[in-house]
Amino acid sequence: MIEARKISKRFGLKRVLHDLDFKVPDGGCVALLGPNGSGKTTLLRILASLTKVDEGEVWIDGYRLSDQAALARGRVGFVSHQPLLYGDLTAKENLQFYGRMYGISDIQQRTAQVLELVGLYPRQADLVRTFSRGMGQRLAIARAILHQPQVLLFDEPHTGLDPDSVSMLDNILLDMSRQGHTLVISSHDPVHVADLVSRFDVLSEGELITSKGVEEIGVEHALAFYRDAVMGKGERRG
Amino acid sequence: MENKHRLLSILNVITVVLFLVSTWLVFAYAPLERTMGPVQKVFYFHVSTAWVGMLGFFVSAIMGVMYLLKGKRIWDTVGVSSIEISFVFFLIAIISGSIWARPIWNTWWTWDPRLTTAAVVELIYGAYFLLRQGVDEPQKRARFSAVYAIIGFFSVPLTFISIRFLRTIHPVVIGGGDPSVVGGFNMTGPMKFTFFFSLFTFSVLFADLLWHRSRLGRLASELEDLRLALTS
Amino acid sequence: MRDYLRVLWAIVWKDLAVEFRSRELITAMLVFSLLVILIFNFALELEVQTRESVTAGVLWVTFTFAGTLGLNRSMASEKDRGCLDGLLLAPVDRSAMYFGKAVSNLTFMLVVEAIVLPVTSVLFNVNLFHLGFLGVVLLGSIGYIAVGTLLATMTVQIRTRDILLPILLFPLTVPVLIAAVKASNGFLLGYPRDMIVAWINLIIVYDVIFTAIAFMTFDYVVEE
Repeated sequence: MIEARKISKRFGLKRVLHDLDFKVPDGGCVALLGPNGSGKTTLLRILASLTKVDEGEVWIDGYRLSDQAALARGRVGFVSHQPLLYGDLTAKENLQFYGRMYGISDIQQRTAQVLELVGLYPRQADLVRTFSRGMGQRLAIARAILHQPQVLLFDEPHTGLDPDSVSMLDNILLDMSRQGHTLVISSHDPVHVADLVSRFDVLSEGELITSKGVEEIGVEHALAFYRDAVMGKGERRG
Repeated sequence: MENKHRLLSILNVITVVLFLVSTWLVFAYAPLERTMGPVQKVFYFHVSTAWVGMLGFFVSAIMGVMYLLKGKRIWDTVGVSSIEISFVFFLIAIISGSIWARPIWNTWWTWDPRLTTAAVVELIYGAYFLLRQGVDEPQKRARFSAVYAIIGFFSVPLTFISIRFLRTIHPVVIGGGDPSVVGGFNMTGPMKFTFFFSLFTFSVLFADLLWHRSRLGRLASELEDLRLALTS
Repeated sequence: MRDYLRVLWAIVWKDLAVEFRSRELITAMLVFSLLVILIFNFALELEVQTRESVTAGVLWVTFTFAGTLGLNRSMASEKDRGCLDGLLLAPVDRSAMYFGKAVSNLTFMLVVEAIVLPVTSVLFNVNLFHLGFLGVVLLGSIGYIAVGTLLATMTVQIRTRDILLPILLFPLTVPVLIAAVKASNGFLLGYPRDMIVAWINLIIVYDVIFTAIAFMTFDYVVEE
């Protein structure tokens, strides 16, 4: 379960998030949509406890980030823009490292398991330096789910992936959702994610302008809904 | 645009008055020292400026701690103001020390503890300014400055002690027992009074300058905010 | 506590594994150090008598400069692929990351020193194998790395990272440098016992104070 109450964040003078309320129930699956600079990445980084809020409070699975961040981090898996992998180590070694960081008990078994899941088992002994973007992203996902976190955060995970990797990622996402994990996926592409999530949350200029169930919108209307939401914000201002 | 706080104006006046009195004390009241003559009078200003230098560093270290704990921009502004003032005062201390040293020890510079420590502190300040210059984002800049000011401050006593263990020719006027050290002297009553009055005057001067500079800093930040708000 | 140590050792193991594969860091530090020693040899035109008295100084200057190379590379390898974030995701107190990196950095520095010392011993014809001397090298390196790791974590996030680290670090390492050289000379040239002890105490005090400060302020250096 994720709950963010009245959070604000500014970098220098730029106010990136403004008085934001964001809530995802246990097992919920939400797409975070919005134009560039709307604050999607910052929100995800805050939930992953990589960035601190200036105001407001965040709870992840009951842990409050302002004083229990370390505990909360154990419940979160984060896939960001960058791979967070060491090029000079093999895929397996990278996972072993993260396994140790998270204190996983059966590292060997679990590593093999996730490698299999993302289709990288045959490449486990290869240096990550030699991986393509798609493979790197897949390994990054393996890294994120290694410690079986309840909450999974994905920052535009489909960007730059080949079609095979895209469908593999989608399968993993659907699987995770089915298993009851809480997912937040940020994306530029409302049509694509409409099949994966149950709710659209649209951010613009640091504010949550609308939040609606996908069923209510209808998958066919996803793009129109998104456009209207962003435009509407623009009109309301101008 | 806010007006100068009335207290600040009063402080300005007090500072000027104290300075005038102090100068009179130094030149008219304090007696001429036996061996060194008029040059010795530099001592009153020299030690006071060095004292202010250390005070400034201490203040900025406190400001650093406050900023890390509280996060308000004003702590950072006062911190950098303090270091700027301290930088100038240490420079004056080093130069005035040189002026005093030349006729006494026949050299412009020596590698003695106090002087060398002052030089190292100036380098720490230089590094501090370069650090600030390299960070664009204000919060990050403030955080890094705060941490560096704290570490820097704690390094000073250790630096001083380590150099002190080496040979020294710097006159140890306060608490020093050996008057045969060239340039050392014992202070008579009027001298002591003049000395402590100088210290007090310079402390007030520091507070006055700090207030002015911090105020300038705050106004500059507000101006920056306004400018950014207009152009975005 | 167990988690904390586990994360710490995971980071150390990871750094050693990466370095074992690429050997970039140690090679750079080593080559640089040997070059500096050579340059000192030519620049100072040392006669046999004076050599002993300057060896400690030459060594510490070398270590100070080579150390920044290692520190820079060590932190840059984290920053460049976003791995710094990876470390920050660990479910433990952030200071574990500081100690992990500090231990790795110290290990690399000690490895380089372990090679440079015998080489210098031969080139300068000075016997450097006193236990006391080696102890000083260890203690001094600890202090240097304690401050250096904290500052390197800062500078790696700044544009001017390469030139800024030495500028920030060197003034703060003056006490260690002086004490280490004095204590080293103490052992090599046979100074009185209690004098050497005084210098060693200074190094230890430095190590303790700065490790404590680094531990307390590290969070503020990595947070966003």
